[in-house]
Amino acid sequence: MNDISLKDALKVVGTRPVRPDGVDKVVGRAQFGGDATMPGMIFGATVRSPHAHARIKKINTAKAEALKGVKAVITAADMPEIVSEEAFVGEGPMNFRDLSNNLMARDKVLYDGHVVAAVAASSMSIAKAAAELVEVEYEVLPHVIDEIEAMADGAPVLHDDVFTAGVDPKPTKPSNVAKRVEFAKGDLAAGFAAADKIIERTYKTAPVHQAYIEPHACIAAYNADGQCTVICSSQGQFMVRAYCAKLLGIDISDIRVVPAEIGGGFGGKTLVYLEPLALALSRKAGRPVRMVMDRVDVFRGTGPTSGGTVKVKLGAKKDGTITAADAEIILQAGAYPGSPMGPAAMCCWAMYDIPNARAVGVDVVSNRPKVAAYRAPGAPISTFGTESAVDEMARELGLDPIEMRLKNAAKNGTKALYGPTFQNIGYVETLEAAKAHPNLQAKLGPNQGRGVATGFWFNIGGESSASLAVNEDGTLVLVSGSPDIGGSRASMAMMAAEILGIEVEHIRPIVGDTASVGFTFLTGGSRVTFATGMAVCEATNEVVKQLRGRAAKIWEIDVEAVEWRDGSAYPAGDNAGKFEPLSLADIAAKAARTGGPITAKGAVNAQGAGPGFGTHVVDVEVDPETGHVKVLRYTAVQDVGRAIHPSYVEGQIQGGTVQGIGWALNEEYIYTKDGRLDNASFLDYRVPVASDLPAIDAVLVEVPNPRHPFGAKGVGEVPIVPPMAAVANAICAATGVRMTSLPMSPPKLKAAIDAAGK
Amino acid sequence: MYSPTYAAPTTVDEAVGLLANASGSARVLSGGTDLIIQMRSGRLRPQTIVDIKNIAGTIGIREEADGWHVGAATPGAEIGENAGLCAAWPGVTEAVQLIGSTQVQGRASFAGNLCNASPAGDSVPGLVAAGAKAVIAGKNGKRTIPVEQVPVSPGRTSLAADEFIYEFIIPKSSGKTADAYLRFIPRTEMDIAVVGCGVCVTLDNNGVCTAAKVSLGAVAPTVLVVDAAAKALIGNKLDDATLAKLDAAAQAACNPISDKRGTIEFRTKVAGVLARRTAAIAFSRAAAR
Repeated sequence: MNDISLKDALKVVGTRPVRPDGVDKVVGRAQFGGDATMPGMIFGATVRSPHAHARIKKINTAKAEALKGVKAVITAADMPEIVSEEAFVGEGPMNFRDLSNNLMARDKVLYDGHVVAAVAASSMSIAKAAAELVEVEYEVLPHVIDEIEAMADGAPVLHDDVFTAGVDPKPTKPSNVAKRVEFAKGDLAAGFAAADKIIERTYKTAPVHQAYIEPHACIAAYNADGQCTVICSSQGQFMVRAYCAKLLGIDISDIRVVPAEIGGGFGGKTLVYLEPLALALSRKAGRPVRMVMDRVDVFRGTGPTSGGTVKVKLGAKKDGTITAADAEIILQAGAYPGSPMGPAAMCCWAMYDIPNARAVGVDVVSNRPKVAAYRAPGAPISTFGTESAVDEMARELGLDPIEMRLKNAAKNGTKALYGPTFQNIGYVETLEAAKAHPNLQAKLGPNQGRGVATGFWFNIGGESSASLAVNEDGTLVLVSGSPDIGGSRASMAMMAAEILGIEVEHIRPIVGDTASVGFTFLTGGSRVTFATGMAVCEATNEVVKQLRGRAAKIWEIDVEAVEWRDGSAYPAGDNAGKFEPLSLADIAAKAARTGGPITAKGAVNAQGAGPGFGTHVVDVEVDPETGHVKVLRYTAVQDVGRAIHPSYVEGQIQGGTVQGIGWALNEEYIYTKDGRLDNASFLDYRVPVASDLPAIDAVLVEVPNPRHPFGAKGVGEVPIVPPMAAVANAICAATGVRMTSLPMSPPKLKAAIDAAGK
Repeated sequence: MYSPTYAAPTTVDEAVGLLANASGSARVLSGGTDLIIQMRSGRLRPQTIVDIKNIAGTIGIREEADGWHVGAATPGAEIGENAGLCAAWPGVTEAVQLIGSTQVQGRASFAGNLCNASPAGDSVPGLVAAGAKAVIAGKNGKRTIPVEQVPVSPGRTSLAADEFIYEFIIPKSSGKTADAYLRFIPRTEMDIAVVGCGVCVTLDNNGVCTAAKVSLGAVAPTVLVVDAAAKALIGNKLDDATLAKLDAAAQAACNPISDKRGTIEFRTKVAGVLARRTAAIAFSRAAAR
């Protein structure tokens, strides 16, 4: 069963059963973060800064505390002061002190919406009224929003202890530029000298929010004995536990975090905003506290991913061979250091085998919410630049965009700019599949154009735990530590069912809380099907071994003489003896007499995640009179290793693509002159609606990853990497206008079309 | 703490009395698809809320000799299901159905959209172009005014504190008269008009326009009646020269702001584009009658 080349032998993996968590979600009974209750529960609300940058001179909570029904008011004074220390708990870089200050401002507020106090009261309306009674005296400071302006001399400096890291000599003055990283190989100057054509462009992207439908929500109880329980929606119950422990000075063993269903995360729920506040309020009030953000809070106070500036220089021979490639990616970190400029730099040239290449990442703080992970953090931003430039180069040289990419494609054995040598990758296969797709033959009318772009994401492995228990009737319960944000319960059960040779409906997959399953790194990095899948397979193989052992005991033969297939134990060949096969149910019924419960655990630190590549083709129609872009056709081809549940793999690809289309066309953060966010709602922060989109054809290419029992690779992040460049390239094909700034919204595109006189 | 009082009177007089005697600010509740959102966000905090939906005549559509009487709080969904009104006034009825989503349509009303007094209200330019009138109830009885006289500036109406809109009267359309409404939004639905345009035309048997009314939304502090645009149409067929004049007249009437939804330049240009496109639909509908 571990021979991944034998796809035809698989009975469960690759099929499309109904998801185990589907019915509850369809009928509205699933318990999300804001649904849990506890006896004696009260309600929390936050007080947020109206200023982009200000010193907190005084906070007076007396009036709020005096309001009838108010049980607790907290400020930074109620939270331990945390020392600067790098955290490796979530996805992407984070510093415990910064996270603490981000949750609850200490001394200074750094963005509009920064929390300065929180209250808890016997009703939500009292809590909100109390929040308005908290008096905060500010000394308003000059602010800076744009990353390029933040780098300029004389810009307001946010932190007096941030000195640019990664430059020589070490700076002596604090700066908004937190860090610079560089990846380089070959000889850039020689590469550009050898080029027949050089394209040099600067691209700009807007910050975009993950826009999960479920706002952040939790309930937290800090009991009199110091034992804490948190029920919340997150991408990692162990992540929430670790952050709460560190930020509040509580032992990890005193906190139990129960994962709720999660209404979307996309990376934005890989850190905490409310949970430590709810615990601190609960500690002070002596009551469980529920906190639920509204959408305005979500936009002002959480996420997004960075906006940034991407400078690209690309050189190629007339035949399309890329001789040199250079990119500098300057990303907004938000109020505290830690943008995804590292992965942005690492991913932007990863699709290509380029002899002379460089990618530089620059991390810049400004008066915006601290960025959070968002689906392939950083890669979509840098790739918008590099894949736009590759398209322009192909256009200039008169080459087909797919052929241009095939000519320079990364293959097995290619040493990536960021270090590793690729193995078992399927980039060329995605290009070939795109080339063969009917989308490329579809006829285009007036004002219509076709764009192609590709993308890369690493995918990761890491620590995961799972346990499997055989019930008395032969059904099983499968517990893993990975919150299910993309259908992972289904795929976990399917892998176990495949190994056991039973129907997937006989396995009930559960996401365990921190007290009922071993440590599991959060759901992120497209790691769950790969890494937690390996833990599940390990546990399942152990259960099969035990089942064979129990059959051997019943038959009184050697365990080596028992084989397991199709859900039953069989004697292995004639020499083993003649016995009727024993089904899982038969063995389960006799478990008490053959050694007791049959259970097993899997615990892995998975290595060897297979990197993912995608090739996207999009057809658009531009209304030249209004700048409105209609997406006519969209084909997203991706190497997925092996699709465990193809519907959910396709869903991931379609979902990532849709978010990318929103990023390309309309999503952006709009600030007033005062540095206040002006579009903190889904009305003016425009994610695509269903009627904006065609059916997105997700094409699965399967180049298996031999490190996984079934060949799976991560699939959730790659699909958001190519769309922005693909759409820009299609718009250019339709109008002749090259858009270098996102979003390509109607007013911007109309102005560009008019300026070009087309 | 904020705790408003809510009343659901069953007669016009009772409603007027509640509004006239309200201590502090009062708001009329029709569908509530703006009011409740604004109260939740804290932007509006009326002390008194007067729900008019229990008053006979505020919900429902009747065809009478003087026109179509549409109750102030009649939801968009119900308007969309009235085949007679939809056939007579496709522009007016399509416009109200553009507001919000299917769920919002179960409540959203002409009166709410008009009294919210946003220049971007989708149903307003269509009503204006069609020559609809608002019947306003107050302590001095009922008075009837053209719809365009209701909003006076963003968020403000000409109604006195004791007044509310009871119903609308949309004239009966006769002969070769037809209307259309188009809006520009960055998406395809669930959005607010960046520009809106309502056009109503009457044609003679040769396709020459004999009467016209053109209204633009979201390009000025209130919805505009653009007489110059109507003049560009009257006496003409819908040829390129007429369309160019119409485009220019529409652009000339614009007095928009640049904000998060669009720039002055963009709104002005798109107003011209929409005027042409809306007129083309209205002409083709009228010619087919």
